[in-house]
Amino acid sequence: MNLALTIFFDGITYASWLFIVALGLTLVFGVLKILNIAHGSFYAVGAYAGASLVAWLVSMKVAPALSVVALVLAAAGVAALLAPLTERGLLRMFYARDEVLLVLVTYALFLILEDVTKLLWGVHPYYAADTYQAFGNVTLGPLTYVGYDLMLVFVAVACGALSWWVLNRTRHGKIVSAVIHNAEVAGSMGVNVSRVYTWAFVAGVFLAALGGALTAPMISVQPGLSVGVIVVSFAVVIIGGLGSIEGAALGALVVGLARAASVHLFPAAELFSIYVVMAIILVFRPEGVFQRVQARKI
Amino acid sequence: MRIPSSRSRRAWRGAVAAAGLALAALPALAQETFRLGIVSFLSGQAAESFGVPAVNGAKVVLDAFNNGKAPAPYNKVGFGGMKIEPVYLDENGGATKQVQELRNLYEREKVDAVVGYVGSGDCLAVAPVAEEMKKFLILYDCGTPRIFEDGKYNYVFRTASHAAMDNVALARYLKSRNVKVEKFNMIHQDYAWGQDSRKDFMLAMEHLYKGAKVDADLLPKFGAGQYGTEVSALLGKPADILHSSLWGGDLQAFVLQAGARGVFQKQTPVLSAADHVLPGLGEKFPNGAIIGARGAYGLMSPKSALNDWWWDIYSKAYNVYPVQAPYRMVQALLGLKLAAEKAMAANGGKKPTPEQLAAALKGSSWESPAGTIRMALGDGHQAIQDTAIGRTRWDPAKKMVAIEDIQRFPAECVNPPANMKTEDWLKAGMPGAKC
Repeated sequence: MNLALTIFFDGITYASWLFIVALGLTLVFGVLKILNIAHGSFYAVGAYAGASLVAWLVSMKVAPALSVVALVLAAAGVAALLAPLTERGLLRMFYARDEVLLVLVTYALFLILEDVTKLLWGVHPYYAADTYQAFGNVTLGPLTYVGYDLMLVFVAVACGALSWWVLNRTRHGKIVSAVIHNAEVAGSMGVNVSRVYTWAFVAGVFLAALGGALTAPMISVQPGLSVGVIVVSFAVVIIGGLGSIEGAALGALVVGLARAASVHLFPAAELFSIYVVMAIILVFRPEGVFQRVQARKI
Repeated sequence: MRIPSSRSRRAWRGAVAAAGLALAALPALAQETFRLGIVSFLSGQAAESFGVPAVNGAKVVLDAFNNGKAPAPYNKVGFGGMKIEPVYLDENGGATKQVQELRNLYEREKVDAVVGYVGSGDCLAVAPVAEEMKKFLILYDCGTPRIFEDGKYNYVFRTASHAAMDNVALARYLKSRNVKVEKFNMIHQDYAWGQDSRKDFMLAMEHLYKGAKVDADLLPKFGAGQYGTEVSALLGKPADILHSSLWGGDLQAFVLQAGARGVFQKQTPVLSAADHVLPGLGEKFPNGAIIGARGAYGLMSPKSALNDWWWDIYSKAYNVYPVQAPYRMVQALLGLKLAAEKAMAANGGKKPTPEQLAAALKGSSWESPAGTIRMALGDGHQAIQDTAIGRTRWDPAKKMVAIEDIQRFPAECVNPPANMKTEDWLKAGMPGAKC
């Protein structure tokens, strides 16, 4: 397998993980107009919940391959528990205030959740590595890829396609689009805007937690997970254009491929490469590649 | 009753007054404590691997000191009779925050000394601050050689060897075991520790394996977590060994991801600081890996009564054996205890000043569970110590990773001499090394 193909496969596998997380971030921004820094914490909580559930299932002698279902359920559980609590109990109080204040509120929540995860799970690592190796390996030329990594590509495509279909081809999606376009008018037309906000936030938290839960088998889950992922997720959604699913997909691909190319060709410039690409794109498209048309209020 | 003369009356009054003063001073002496700041990662990525085990080590050892239950010559209560009052602080948050927190420790918490810092970047940042404030500081863990090679300090010490030892010992181990190395790959975190480790190993290999070539030379960011691309790069460049100074969560994630893709079957991992992940990873850790512990620590520690005592109190308290971070913490505290007591003896039994502490620790040596620690470099401020390297093997009977084929290296074999900087010593082919 030549170098270009290797870079392509590495870029795609990295982008798929990143896309799942960034999709949630962009969805929340698109609907609620919140730059949610706590997204990284939901990712970390998802990783802890997934690793804990898998560890329990392994102790119950459940086949590791089945524990992927447990990872999805763990993410759903995190979303069902944390999302309504956060959106209804905290964020709703600040919708009428300045957007900058909401960023600070989510940052505060990020710090609180950091401590909460430490309180609940301690600082010792959690492993779910049995799941990572349960899908065997796939050989592509001289390289071996783990089946689990390739499965993530399909999960990412499924998440993206499902989100796009719901938003663009269903009645509920059209309601969400109406709220995105103008929440006040949508409300005056009888749309329950607050319910749309809640469900959009639930979906966003689910995607963050799913990204964390699906990453858990590949790593040791321990404090510090949330910071790195939120920084690179922001890079993705900024490249793609905040609030755009297509943009998140493109941003994840750009970051994944730029990183892969850098590691293979200029390893010392790995981190630098992502932000150089971002800077170049923003020079020509300051609001991201898929910038949304702004409705002008008269 | 005889009435004392005026002269003897004055003497009597003086004696009574002196006794009164002494009595008044007694409670103050009895209550005098030595406030000790201990800084390590209590949260964040380094907490599990380094910070918490090190602080746990400090807790059991300080408890033993305060109860006078450590073995001789460490058996005086506290520091020379002064109870030690620890103030624990989280190292997480970056170098700028640590600089401020160190000032707070000295000025608000009124600590008499600080023992701390795992991060090389943190050490580089806080050392000049302690020096500027004329306060006593022991760096107990961080690895970059630059602290005492690029700077000169009066109040700052490091009681463990720097990272050059780890990488020189690995290269010497490979050579002594006749491991074939024509090409080698490397993966290091992109910050002070990773870059220094990378450079030291390359320079040591240039001398011991003339003609050996570096192929993949990867520098992922600290806390990368995802190593799929790096693993592909390593698989695409077959080499005899894979050298790395990754540690903590990064090392664990890398081992899981690279192991699943067969990297370790094709290139022998040579890891400078890997012992601390063995209990957690268990059988997921590759067999036959050549690893160091940044000293003769944990499963590679030497047999001694002091080591038995230390191993026993730590294992009983935390139900796991001590690895490198708690070993480095205990050797710092043992050195500080002896220095404090030596300084007190020279100070009429009173609490020593930072200057007196520094004078006592400078150039000193003491016994630790890992062997003798000697403040031989950096004008008596930087320690050297013996180290050990071994190979891993999963022991199914004990359900733990064992370390076999251990080779010990004397301190003077793997550390530069006092009159040379590490880089110059390595470039010159390690002259004067006593192996």
